[in-house]
Amino acid sequence: MSDLSSINEQMRSLLARTARGRSEFEDLVVVPVFAVVVALIFGMLVMLATGVDIATIGKSFVALAKGSLGSVNALSETLTAAIPLVLAGLGLGLGFRAGLFNIGAEGQVLLGGTAAVIFGFTFHSLPFAVLMPLSLLAGAIVGGLYAAIAGALKAATGAHEVITTIMLNLISFKLLDYLLRQPYIQKEGRADPISKSVPDAAQLPRLLDWLDPNLRLHAGLFVMLAAVVLVWWILFRSKIGFAFRASGENPHAARYAGMKSGLVIVAAMGTAGALAGLAGASQVLGVLGRASPGFSADIGFDAIAVALLGRSHPLGILFAGILFGGLEAGGRQMQVDAGVSIDLIAIIQALIIVFIAAPLLVRAIFPWGFARKSKGGSEV
Amino acid sequence: MSAVTTDTTSEKIATGKARQARIVGGVLIALALLVLFVLDVGAGQVATFKLSRPRDAIVLGDLVVPGQPFNLVAAALLAFLGVRQFLRGGVRWTSISLGVGLAILVMAFLVWATADKSFSLTGMLQATMVRAVPIALGGLAGVLCERVAVVNIAIEGMLLAGAFTGALIGSLLGGWGGLVAAVLVGGSFGLILAALVVTFRMDQIIAGVVINLFVLGLTSYVSSQVFAEVRSLNNAPVFRAWKIPLLGDIPVIGPMLFNQNLFVYGALILVAVATYYLFHTKGGLRARAVGEHPRAADTLGVDVYWTRYVHVTLGGMVAGFGGAWFTLGSVGRFDENMTGGRGFIGLAAMIFGRWHPVGALSAALIFGFADSLQQKLALLNTPIPSEFLAMAPYIATIIVVAGLIGKARAPAADGKPYVKE
Repeated sequence: MSDLSSINEQMRSLLARTARGRSEFEDLVVVPVFAVVVALIFGMLVMLATGVDIATIGKSFVALAKGSLGSVNALSETLTAAIPLVLAGLGLGLGFRAGLFNIGAEGQVLLGGTAAVIFGFTFHSLPFAVLMPLSLLAGAIVGGLYAAIAGALKAATGAHEVITTIMLNLISFKLLDYLLRQPYIQKEGRADPISKSVPDAAQLPRLLDWLDPNLRLHAGLFVMLAAVVLVWWILFRSKIGFAFRASGENPHAARYAGMKSGLVIVAAMGTAGALAGLAGASQVLGVLGRASPGFSADIGFDAIAVALLGRSHPLGILFAGILFGGLEAGGRQMQVDAGVSIDLIAIIQALIIVFIAAPLLVRAIFPWGFARKSKGGSEV
Repeated sequence: MSAVTTDTTSEKIATGKARQARIVGGVLIALALLVLFVLDVGAGQVATFKLSRPRDAIVLGDLVVPGQPFNLVAAALLAFLGVRQFLRGGVRWTSISLGVGLAILVMAFLVWATADKSFSLTGMLQATMVRAVPIALGGLAGVLCERVAVVNIAIEGMLLAGAFTGALIGSLLGGWGGLVAAVLVGGSFGLILAALVVTFRMDQIIAGVVINLFVLGLTSYVSSQVFAEVRSLNNAPVFRAWKIPLLGDIPVIGPMLFNQNLFVYGALILVAVATYYLFHTKGGLRARAVGEHPRAADTLGVDVYWTRYVHVTLGGMVAGFGGAWFTLGSVGRFDENMTGGRGFIGLAAMIFGRWHPVGALSAALIFGFADSLQQKLALLNTPIPSEFLAMAPYIATIIVVAGLIGKARAPAADGKPYVKE
């Protein structure tokens, strides 16, 4: 009798373990793949609804694939678009781990990029080996400080970071408009708000110009990879990263364990902002060469999707960023080839996050292909 | 043991309050110095405030304020309030002093900016009301959702969806058709949000952000794909102002309250109805119970899921109505991302207004004032760059959210999903 029940027990625990393994696989692979496919299908429906004919829809999906993966140039564009998304996404993911929902990456990208430009042309006489890294650093520091405002407000008064970071975004747009009209920053002889150009010694060198001078992939790629490793190390190997994760999981427990919640909030926001600032800096130093109104082109908002899709894990964010970079590059091709507005990509991205963030919804739409969950049991 | 803990907690609160009182005192003294040295009006300059327009039924004379004496008095008052904070009993006056101090600052600023010029006070009050409408309706939508413990970050997206639908359907079926469609679309996004967070238990903030991204993407896509080609689809009629006889002729406040379009009256009525509903009816009591303690409400037979669905959908409808203001209530044409963060400011107004409809409306009026002030000041050629004036509403939002959060209390279960046992 007791033998039988113990065997039963073992069987159940074994089953639970395999079922759990199965559901982890579902979470990390099946759900994202479903999400992307369903979002693409929905994108097709939106095109149909707005009177785009079938031939054009086919052409636009071909362009999407061709523009993201179809050639060396396409791959280079995909990676170039992925660099700032991954950098900013790492910052946001780190914030999510610490329980902070930072929507302010857009503003941090803008101000970080602007700081990198200003630093670059101010110290234009410095040699490359000094100027380029310092310009990147300037972007990171300014981005970090700007984000730390929201962190400090939350730590000191409890102001919700969602609202303060959105307001800081809006403020940063106006601030950039103002800065770009200042005689010290504005390009000589221009009436429109545009900054002076970054000197060559501050630019991130292009990696593939020996193959074709039009390939835009730049050394920001290495910055991005280094940041992936660094954030992984911070989150999973360092003491402060443990504090981030602990306060994200359970702020009360973290406080009882002696972690200073205010300090953790400010540090996490600051690190996140520094990464977003770095994203802006790598964009101006590697691709744009100067700052203009709205040069961030929604990187900060797309990065939210990247961080969510990557499940706030550095590796996941890397892959998600490359996927979104591909959508971006393919979307541009789609606009050129098929005349379909690139805004369609934003719809597809939003839908991808819905399905990622609500696995229950995916399960409801696709009841097959998932292990039937017995009530309660396998949940643990 | 527990008594000791309580003692230290209340002591902590007391020292916190004392510290807050001192901070406010310092801020007020700094404001006094600001008025004295920065907002310094030259001797003999006067600021002229117009109280009525030439064609009004009752014409009042202009209000002429001598600049220098006024601002000296303002600085003295600010300094008095500031010093008062450091004296005994200052704690009790903290919020009143801060409120009065900020009001004095605004007056001193206006006098400084209009020195030797003239400024239409009536016009600005009217613009304040108009600009407060989308914020107030956004805030009201937030109140309806958060009172049943659903955090609605998607107000911005719902406003944008309402604006878009208003323009599109308004162009096809006329203003009323556009308005009804905007309300229905807003409501359906409310329903989607409710489904995502209540049934599918998605994180409420993420669900809201996703709806915002989705609406922004969809409306931008259609406006660049379709509206750019077929302009007649983006040319809706605009609801004109309806002047209420007699009341509209009251000087100063008449034009502000009684000579406005449908949206202003609608917002005022909705705030009144929502207040009555939430605090004086059985349904409102149940809704608030669901927001404070869903388990208890469930035990007493209130259907938590149903209540949340209904109120979030209603909130979406209110936001859809507020969104229609952007197109049917002002320009008749949709532009990409034309709501420009008003939904988030509405959320801040809700917090500032302590999760109460009337509070949200009052807060929205303050934001509307800041908004219209920066517009009017751009005309007065003040030495402050226009970009900084344009930041004023956003900075005001941050100050409000940071400064008042300690006193405001969200519904207890706010943001938490409820799993029925």
